[in-house]
Amino acid sequence: MKKIMDRSIDLGEFLPQADDEMIICRCEEVTKGEIRQAVHDGMLTLTEIRRYLRTGMGLCQGQTCGKLVKNIVARELGIAPAELESAVSRAPVRPVEMRVLGNEGLENEVLTGGGGHV
Amino acid sequence: MSNCSDVLIIGGGVIGCATAYYLAQKGVSVTVLEKAQIGEGGSSRNGGGVRQSGRDPRELPLAMKAVKNLWPTLSEELGMDVEYYKKGNLRLAKTAGHIKILEGLTERAVAKGLAVRMIDAKEVRDICPYLSDEVIGASWCDTDGHANPMLTTLAYYKNARRLGVRFITGENVVEIRKIKGVARQVITADNVYEAPQIILAAGYESRAIANTIGIDIPMNRVLLEALVTEPQVKMFEQMLGTAEADFYGHQSTHGSFVFGGTSGMDAYTSDFDVPVNNSRTASCICRGIMNYFPILSETKIVRTWAGWIDECADHVPVISFVEEVPGLILACAFTGHGFGISPMVGTLLSEMVVDKEPSIDLSELRYNRFKTKI
Repeated sequence: MKKIMDRSIDLGEFLPQADDEMIICRCEEVTKGEIRQAVHDGMLTLTEIRRYLRTGMGLCQGQTCGKLVKNIVARELGIAPAELESAVSRAPVRPVEMRVLGNEGLENEVLTGGGGHV
Repeated sequence: MSNCSDVLIIGGGVIGCATAYYLAQKGVSVTVLEKAQIGEGGSSRNGGGVRQSGRDPRELPLAMKAVKNLWPTLSEELGMDVEYYKKGNLRLAKTAGHIKILEGLTERAVAKGLAVRMIDAKEVRDICPYLSDEVIGASWCDTDGHANPMLTTLAYYKNARRLGVRFITGENVVEIRKIKGVARQVITADNVYEAPQIILAAGYESRAIANTIGIDIPMNRVLLEALVTEPQVKMFEQMLGTAEADFYGHQSTHGSFVFGGTSGMDAYTSDFDVPVNNSRTASCICRGIMNYFPILSETKIVRTWAGWIDECADHVPVISFVEEVPGLILACAFTGHGFGISPMVGTLLSEMVVDKEPSIDLSELRYNRFKTKI
């Protein structure tokens, strides 16, 4: 991201590919073709693509598709995947119910259910 | 490629992108310099409110004109769904004290010509049936709403780029330099850019950049935190807030709820280079939400995020020419409610460049309005 990037670069014409219909982000049902098109629309970082298409914004938070999206974007830009900065991972690691996350708890409270003490 | 253009915009957020778009439409050549990536600051870290109610009278005319003239057709104009809903804003009250706060806000907005009114518990539930029985009333502005800030910013960016605006990301501006008494050059860590007109719209970072040319805007960086739920069936389309400001938010087109809130310790969080969630705030926001929406207690939180608010000393933005620095226009210190007025601000800034005068009087938002208390 620190790299200076002129957004007026010409990526050439968007050429459809045979597997553009393939779903890459399963949670948000985003296809390979949509990701490639986003790059041509000027979304040149993984975070911009995430904000544009919702890739990696679903229940798994990109744990499944993160690498796949990165590879597709890198190929479209003609660079190595390592040159792209990954999108930020955000808490919580797994989805948590509001009543659980919002539970203030008590210092000496014994949590029951599941495996006993947590 | 030449580093000269008619206008240089510092900051690739929603204000910078919208301004670039409206300028390009008028045939002006524009370069936008962005330190990180498009919409990295407050533009992708806000609650998405497109509100008029609850606004300071000094910026209310901008919000009203944006809602009347720009937001309703924005998706069509930009060829992208920015998820704008004009379905009203409920500001909820649970106590007599809350009602009093809301009555004050409502009175001041009505005096400025905004159609907002107080409603009772029954009418609140007619509008949004999922609320707790503890809600005893609300203020209601039926022309308020919400939109998707990330898509709005990127839609402006995409269209401005299509119209030939040059965006350069990764450019860290370190100085604005005068030539013959006029702001002319923008120096970055690696390059020099030149234009007869410079617009500074870099959020909180605008302060340090303006300092390099002798101008200081009194603003602070304040942490804002929000959370996002898993998608739910469509429940309501209004924007919600509370008199106590314990949480605010809406349900997005996607079905997820986006709720922001405070912990009460927000001004005292550790100072990192990047905005980081405090481990206690999301839990606090959850409790705030469940107090008003017990029905959501089983809904899962999938994500939390934090951002900086460029909070101005008097809580309204600076949108202004600078007397001592001809060629410079400031657009910063939006204090966490810049998104809703961004289409209007972009329009006004483009007018300031092309017509040398904005179509709405902005004298109350000028840069030199700040006075000491004695």
